[in-house]
Amino acid sequence: MKIDKEIVRRVALLSRLSLAEDEISEYGSQLGAILEYISKLNEIDTRDVPPTSHTLATLKNVYRKDILKPSLKAEEALKNAPSSEGDFFKVPQIIEKR
Amino acid sequence: MMEDLHLSTGHELKVLMRDGLESAKILDALYARIDVLDSKIGAFALVNRKAHRRPGGGTLDGIPVLVKDNICVKGEDTTCSSKILKGFKPPYDATVVRRLKEEGAVLIGKANMDEFAFGSSCETSCYGPTRNPWDLERIPGGSSGGSAAAVASDETIMALGSDTGGSIRQPAALCGVVGLKPTYGRVSRYGLIAFASSLDQIGPITKDVEDAALLLGVIAGYDEMDSTSVDIPVPDYATSLASDVKGLRVGVPKEYFVKGIDREVEAAVKRSINVFKDLGALVVDISLPHTEYAVSAYYIIGPAEASSNLARFDGAHYGYRAPDAKNMLDMYVRTRSEGFGREAKRRILLGTYCLSSGYYDAYYLKALKVRTKIKEDFDNAFKFCDIIVTPTSPTPAFRIGEKANDPLAMYLSDIFTIPANLAGLPGISIPCGFTRSGLPIGLQIMAKPFAEETIFRAAYTFERNADIEKRKPKL
Repeated sequence: MKIDKEIVRRVALLSRLSLAEDEISEYGSQLGAILEYISKLNEIDTRDVPPTSHTLATLKNVYRKDILKPSLKAEEALKNAPSSEGDFFKVPQIIEKR
Repeated sequence: MMEDLHLSTGHELKVLMRDGLESAKILDALYARIDVLDSKIGAFALVNRKAHRRPGGGTLDGIPVLVKDNICVKGEDTTCSSKILKGFKPPYDATVVRRLKEEGAVLIGKANMDEFAFGSSCETSCYGPTRNPWDLERIPGGSSGGSAAAVASDETIMALGSDTGGSIRQPAALCGVVGLKPTYGRVSRYGLIAFASSLDQIGPITKDVEDAALLLGVIAGYDEMDSTSVDIPVPDYATSLASDVKGLRVGVPKEYFVKGIDREVEAAVKRSINVFKDLGALVVDISLPHTEYAVSAYYIIGPAEASSNLARFDGAHYGYRAPDAKNMLDMYVRTRSEGFGREAKRRILLGTYCLSSGYYDAYYLKALKVRTKIKEDFDNAFKFCDIIVTPTSPTPAFRIGEKANDPLAMYLSDIFTIPANLAGLPGISIPCGFTRSGLPIGLQIMAKPFAEETIFRAAYTFERNADIEKRKPKL
């Protein structure tokens, strides 16, 4: 199966990854080979087969009681932040100045 | 002998400590061992030099346990062996870690692994590869390669791994130790950095079956912090360690003995099946007809879930952030491109492709439907047998670099372990012999969901009665 460079570029953008030209062709041919192998699944007729997204047959939506419980303090939650200010995570500017 | 404490199992050390042995002596023996060996093996991502016994006793009182680097330990580096999480110190303990601490275990460090558990060879870690203690030119298996190599080389007494497509069982097999993937839902994943949420399980890697039962007993059980953990009482696994398989129905699936399997592996597994027969088990031929589709389904479902789970690594909240980003998109893209290794990027791309608009039905939904067929295969098979016995891995440990540039060949090395993850079943790998060149071979035993006791009984009986040479790697 052929995965052309345009598709690799599009998927890379969706994945928030930037790839060098040589990576684009390498991933393109590797993904092509993997998808070619995976297409084996089309040998199976699954028209009336329900999907299994997990294997716990009895599991329904799991709710907890709506009771306040202590959680991480802001200070602890921010300890690993690459950049923070006050009680906030700091990131590059999102809204451009007019 | 005191200087041989590192060679002991956990249950042996429990007896020695009851008779007065100090836990510090065990740690001294392990540190000495690590100092001599780990520069060659590379099993540790981090050695905790300040490990110590804590007051309060417990089931694992004073016993050193190594924790895989994708399991959160409060205040200690937990990086998934990835540059993108370098320096990350979790603000909380994973539930399994909390339980280890409550039961007195001594946490001796973090185990090296394939980056984000993506791999079968432990070659993709940002810390460099882990090597197989039986042959340093070979891979230890993966992704819990550090955990398995450390247990095999007596650098720890026990370890925790995680298993998404074989990542506990395959390295256990290739390193000649015991590794159990519990039933999906048996062990809480709270604090396990997620790879594929419908497949991941945490489990023990140990020197023998008794230690695996001991460690599972500590980590298993319902946890309100993991909505997929199941509220079923945890049995006393020690009582299942009976040397008796009379009448046990042992299923042997013909689809697991096909072309491509190493002859010595096949011969060792067939000898093992005869051991069960000789001990009074009933061997039955079974069929799992969709086995050949498991790898395909897995390499859609696994990467799809991973691409979604790894979206959280964006440089905003923790871990690495690329410097001097112009705007948010630039920060995301550069952080992720510089922070993730090649295999992580490959899986993110594959998963994103399979989930993207226009391809979702053809790939992801199709894989989930095939997963149903694979699960039905097992449901049918377990009408005729109590356990299923197969090779754990089609080959013994391969050479470092041998499959590093051929992702598909690497993926196929999980062919016998993936089905248990897709079906949510428990599976163990136990040693069942050696190749002529001295590499360990693993036997896999699977059972119905939550039938870990049946697995332990069969594995324990095999371990006690099969005439498997007790060897240690020459290091």
